[in-house]
Amino acid sequence: MSTLAIDKAGPTRKIKYGSISRDRAWALRWSYFFLVLFAIFSLVPPFYMLITSLKSSAEISAATNPWWVFHPTLSNYVELLTSNQFLRFFWNSTIVSVVVVIVTMLISIPAAFALARMKFWGSATLATGVFLTYLIPDSLLFIPLFKMLAVVQDLTGITLLNRWYVLLFVYPTLTVPFCTWIMIGYFASIPKELDEAAIIDGASWLQTLTRIFIPVALPGLIAATIFAFTVSWAQFLYPLVFTTSIDQLVLPVGITTTLIKGDVFNWGQIMTGALLGAAPPLIIYAFLMDYYIAGLTAGATKG
Amino acid sequence: MVDAAFEQPRIAQPARRPRRASLHYALKRKSTAAFLMTLPLILLIAALVLYPALYSIHLATLNKSMQKFVGFGNFTFLFKRETFWMVVKQSCIFAITAVIFKALIGFIVAHFVHNIPAKGQRKWRGMLLVPWVIPPAMSTLAWLWLFDPSYSAFNYTLSFFGIGPIPWLGDTFWARFSVILVNVWYGAPFFMIMYLASLKSVPDQLYEAAAIDGANWWQRIWYVTLPMMRNIIAITTLFSLIVTFANFDIVRILTSGGPLDTTHLFATWAFQVGIQSSDIPLGASVSLFMVPILAVAAIFILRDVSKRGNES
Repeated sequence: MSTLAIDKAGPTRKIKYGSISRDRAWALRWSYFFLVLFAIFSLVPPFYMLITSLKSSAEISAATNPWWVFHPTLSNYVELLTSNQFLRFFWNSTIVSVVVVIVTMLISIPAAFALARMKFWGSATLATGVFLTYLIPDSLLFIPLFKMLAVVQDLTGITLLNRWYVLLFVYPTLTVPFCTWIMIGYFASIPKELDEAAIIDGASWLQTLTRIFIPVALPGLIAATIFAFTVSWAQFLYPLVFTTSIDQLVLPVGITTTLIKGDVFNWGQIMTGALLGAAPPLIIYAFLMDYYIAGLTAGATKG
Repeated sequence: MVDAAFEQPRIAQPARRPRRASLHYALKRKSTAAFLMTLPLILLIAALVLYPALYSIHLATLNKSMQKFVGFGNFTFLFKRETFWMVVKQSCIFAITAVIFKALIGFIVAHFVHNIPAKGQRKWRGMLLVPWVIPPAMSTLAWLWLFDPSYSAFNYTLSFFGIGPIPWLGDTFWARFSVILVNVWYGAPFFMIMYLASLKSVPDQLYEAAAIDGANWWQRIWYVTLPMMRNIIAITTLFSLIVTFANFDIVRILTSGGPLDTTHLFATWAFQVGIQSSDIPLGASVSLFMVPILAVAAIFILRDVSKRGNES
């Protein structure tokens, strides 16, 4: 605490007739001070998840210092990772996210290619439309979608509601518009000489796409894939509305609905589940941070 | 514009037709191929976005059992309910306050990250973006536990400063504060990343020129940084306004709308009315009230995007 006070008081005296270098040193110290504050603010919840996940129920209800573990135990992890129910959630989440990523890529890459390179009647309108679709939130569509699925189910006799595979139809509405949009941006930035050369050499459109565009725009492709995966992994509203049986739930809904039993909160397990649920996006982020950020900024900056 | 390269050869075609047969063939099929490539996208958007959007307007005009057309009956019913006006008020408070704080914090933090030596920036940026990476449903659970009334880590910490136990989620004011706090925590990193990217694109010469002209720190921000970042600030704010206004996860998990429906947003209330109480038409009408503000924000974003498209 005392060092921080010196940090505050020291520099303010210096800057009176501040030269640029002194100005900078002053700014630097302040920057670090606030960055530490903000980093603490950012990391408190994940840190607290970790701390709690290592505690036994007895230690949690003993109301000891909540910020520290006195008797670390992995029992919460063991319990969850051996529970068929939890593994089922994990499996459901994984299969839904992976299939949605594949479907998204299959739809949005050809579409982005066509919209970026092959002008046709209505292509500009369609590109704008794709962008607009991205702005339509899930909370606007869940009720009509729910009713629609119920109607389709009645008409065709195929059970859709309360099945995990219904998510394969609705998640692409969240991922495809954004992925198409950023892929249009990446494809449009590829020099035209490349695909002209390919066309002159006799490549078909499909070959131009697979041999030239996809390899060249690979960073964009990775960014889009990461986006699609994290969105499908994190989606909470649609599975909450469309699935209710325990064996059909995906991770976010499964944790919030099954681990909270009535008023009894088994916090150790809830935090462990939340941490395990947050792990895949965090791991991807840790290894592919630059792609992650590229995708994040591309959405709003590429026009 | 992007197609110019392919348009030019077409003019030259008749003269050297034999040598460009394959190109000619490709061009002839171009619009068909393009249409086929975009067909899945068009079908997806039409069937699962446009149709439901229109369908919800139709749903909103039906009665609860969805047998009878009631016109604006659901809307007039909503207008008479106090809860509805509370939801409108709370949605606006929530969205506006949260976006302002996210933008402010994002702007400030982006500056601090930008200030420090370049080699350390990656590490800090990585740490500060963590809230955005964790699925909101998961991180909100952690917040719920932090806010827990009896074993709350926050109240435990505050008790050392002599601040009494705060009913984080039990009292209207604090519950509203808490949902906004969590939303700011979750969304500020996004602003930080966007602003940081745009700060990096401001040419150093401008700052040097300003420094030579004797501009102080505040003047440099006001006359150099802000004008250069105006576009990105506008577009990020509008984006975030849409997402925050339509937020569901945080309020649903943290308070489920309570205490006494005072923290409900359109999305959570629509869920409660439409799905939990299975009054689908009323739920659809509630969520339709999000459309005006979304439409206004979308128009501004589109204008901005097309403007920048024309500049480039």
